[in-house]
Amino acid sequence: MIPEIGQFAMILALLLAAVQAFFGIAGPWRAHQRWMQTVYPAVAGQFVMLALAFGCLIWSFVHNDFSVRMVAGHSNSALPVYYRVAAAWGNHEGSLLFWVFVLSMWTLTVAAFATSLPRPFVARVLGVLGVISFGFLLFSLATSNPFERLQPTPPDGIDLNPVLQDFGLTIHPPMLYVGYVGFSVAFAFACAAMLEGKLDQTWARWTRPWTTVAWMFLTVGIALGSWWAYYELGWGGYWAWDPVENSILMPWLLGTALIHSLSVTDKRGLFKSWTLLLAIMTFSFCLLATFMVRSGVLVSVHSFASDPARGIFILAFLVLSIGGALTLYVWRAPLLRSEAGFDLISREAFLLFNNILLVVATAVIFGGTMAPFISDLMGLGTLSVGSPYFNPMFLLPVLPLLALVSLGTFARWKRGALRESRQRILGSLVLAVLLGAAISLGIYGSRSLLAPLGVILGVWIIGSALIDPIDRLRRGLSIAPAVLGMTLAHIGLGVITIGLTTMEFSRQERDIAMAPGQQVDLPPYTFRMQGVEDVDGPNYRAAQARIEVLKHGKPETVLLPQRRDYWVQQQSLAEAALGVSWRRDLLATMGDKVGQGAWSLRVQVRPLMRLLWLGAALMAIGGFLATLDRRYRRQREVVSAPVPGTAPNPPVRSVEA
Amino acid sequence: MNRFAIPLALFAALVLVFAVALKRAPEKQFVRSALIGKPAAEFTLPDLMNPGGTVDSRSFKGKWVLLNVWGTWCYECRAENPQLLAIRQAGRVAVVGLNYKDEDEAARQWLKELGNPFDAVAVDKEGRVAIDYGVYGAPETFLINPQGIIVHKVVSVITPDLWQTQLLPMIEGRAK
Repeated sequence: MIPEIGQFAMILALLLAAVQAFFGIAGPWRAHQRWMQTVYPAVAGQFVMLALAFGCLIWSFVHNDFSVRMVAGHSNSALPVYYRVAAAWGNHEGSLLFWVFVLSMWTLTVAAFATSLPRPFVARVLGVLGVISFGFLLFSLATSNPFERLQPTPPDGIDLNPVLQDFGLTIHPPMLYVGYVGFSVAFAFACAAMLEGKLDQTWARWTRPWTTVAWMFLTVGIALGSWWAYYELGWGGYWAWDPVENSILMPWLLGTALIHSLSVTDKRGLFKSWTLLLAIMTFSFCLLATFMVRSGVLVSVHSFASDPARGIFILAFLVLSIGGALTLYVWRAPLLRSEAGFDLISREAFLLFNNILLVVATAVIFGGTMAPFISDLMGLGTLSVGSPYFNPMFLLPVLPLLALVSLGTFARWKRGALRESRQRILGSLVLAVLLGAAISLGIYGSRSLLAPLGVILGVWIIGSALIDPIDRLRRGLSIAPAVLGMTLAHIGLGVITIGLTTMEFSRQERDIAMAPGQQVDLPPYTFRMQGVEDVDGPNYRAAQARIEVLKHGKPETVLLPQRRDYWVQQQSLAEAALGVSWRRDLLATMGDKVGQGAWSLRVQVRPLMRLLWLGAALMAIGGFLATLDRRYRRQREVVSAPVPGTAPNPPVRSVEA
Repeated sequence: MNRFAIPLALFAALVLVFAVALKRAPEKQFVRSALIGKPAAEFTLPDLMNPGGTVDSRSFKGKWVLLNVWGTWCYECRAENPQLLAIRQAGRVAVVGLNYKDEDEAARQWLKELGNPFDAVAVDKEGRVAIDYGVYGAPETFLINPQGIIVHKVVSVITPDLWQTQLLPMIEGRAK
């Protein structure tokens, strides 16, 4: 019964999405007040229906209703209840429903918070969001119904993939989805502006906080995913350049570019058509990510190719949404003119370089992700593209980008010449070189050229990000949340750069077979195997090794890695053990038994690994602070005031005027 | 040429690539099993129903064979059972089970409970024979012709529809 209610709610949501899409777009077009009013209840109703549907799916998982195919295929009665809840979005069908549910949350938020924007504009935004929601719901109902029943009902489910049974999984996909669905708002704003035929600086100001919040969630989502891969997959990898990871990184890079170009459009009225294109591209890559991950064209293992109907449906949807937006762009973008110019060494120029480099980085990843696929398609044989391509090619645009971050923070709007900041630039650079070299060569003794370079760039970014705020504080001035946010995010970038380079160039690892009593040295640490015992979990049985770690011969910590056998899915999985401090991560991972009480083990020392997650957290907090800036709220008050003309180009208000 | 049309043109090219890829995806799936068209691997394994006896794959030469990989731990196999019973009853093929990574006693109990659709059940406890067949899960089913050549591989539950439209035509020589 409950699954049927869920399905019915989904169908109602589909109808409401159609209402929302039609009246949202047709209302402003026909200047019809009532039609525009109709959009709001449709948005609210759709949210309620989708919440109900998603609630029904979770109910089915929690109550072990194995007559539902999804539940039978992805859960088990021995599975702890929180993983049963997480299992609801740990599969294709459930994650799609979750995707639209998140979209309806964003739509509701826009409807609730954008009250002071011109009504026709909001109606168009909601209309575009309605189109997206309609497409996804139709896809879900037509090809991937999460509530499908199974005949006959199996006595128990086949369990959630053990790799996915982890805290990281319970929160990683939701964060990611909130992030990349969030870019649909920027996309809808862009489409609404194009439908209206007007784009001014206020448009950029409205779009900024939404984009930044979406970016913040995406940042957290990617960091969680990377963290999850790091400790759950167990072998110390945190980024593998696989198609799924790449498809998430690309919208993040474009979103970062979008945040920066929006700031230029907002402050200076420049880059209008470019910003529009970025808003479209960022969300397009989010959709493309869904397509690539879900259609199986790239992964192409048995998971999905078996149902090409899904792939065709998604492709048709991409053509309509992205193709539609880009066609609109061909038509409307030429109408947008930028009023002002700028010098080659102004802040605008640096942000332009930032955008170019971020787009190049995206292109590099896109090329690497698509190449095996195209080669296969042209019958040129299978091609494997991995880190030997991605690492150097990605660094090519990213290294200059990191250097420009520091220079860019010294540049001023409009005016050229960094002359007045020359002292600061030189001072911070000298400091960065000394400190960076000291850390990299002195403490970690790196021999490669790239290691000190990375650390120096990281230190420089942090130093130059701090100079201006410190200067303001010294002069007794306050710091706006937007500036504070930017500073934190840049510091986060610097922290990641330092952590990543140091960790990559001075990590140590050893694969070895160890029996109780044996030990291995990774100076200054010694890993000593003390014994192996059996441990029982709720749905697995495990062998657990006890490894004592000594530093300079003194006990430092004890690691307890496990080799788990999940009996329902008949899978064997390594559960890595981590010894964590700010200076280093110690890792031990258990492989297979190699006879006579010995087990194959991988032990690792990864210096400064924590800085990766700290940096990501700083970036996300920075993004959050930036959205709190009063500018965005004040601007809304100005817009809602009856006096036009306060903004350089007041938006058309044909209906209300 | 309008420079604002460049993104649209690039996107159109991408869509074309995806469309071609999608069109080819189903074909690729069938070619996927490199074993199709190759002789089926021969095996001699313990017989589940006659403890102490063995099942020899050569004894089925000259007949159409449906080799079904199953286990009591595989819930979809349970859903597949009635269809296998129906196929065996129709008598067009010999249905041979490969009991994959399972407990003998549980497997016998399972067959007693649901009905035994197999002419013979070979026990592959370690999955050694399954490796020869490129098995990565259950249920998986191989259709082997009287000459001992693998004609088709099904990586899912055999449904009545799949039997009627794909497997039966191959046996009757109606398929290309």
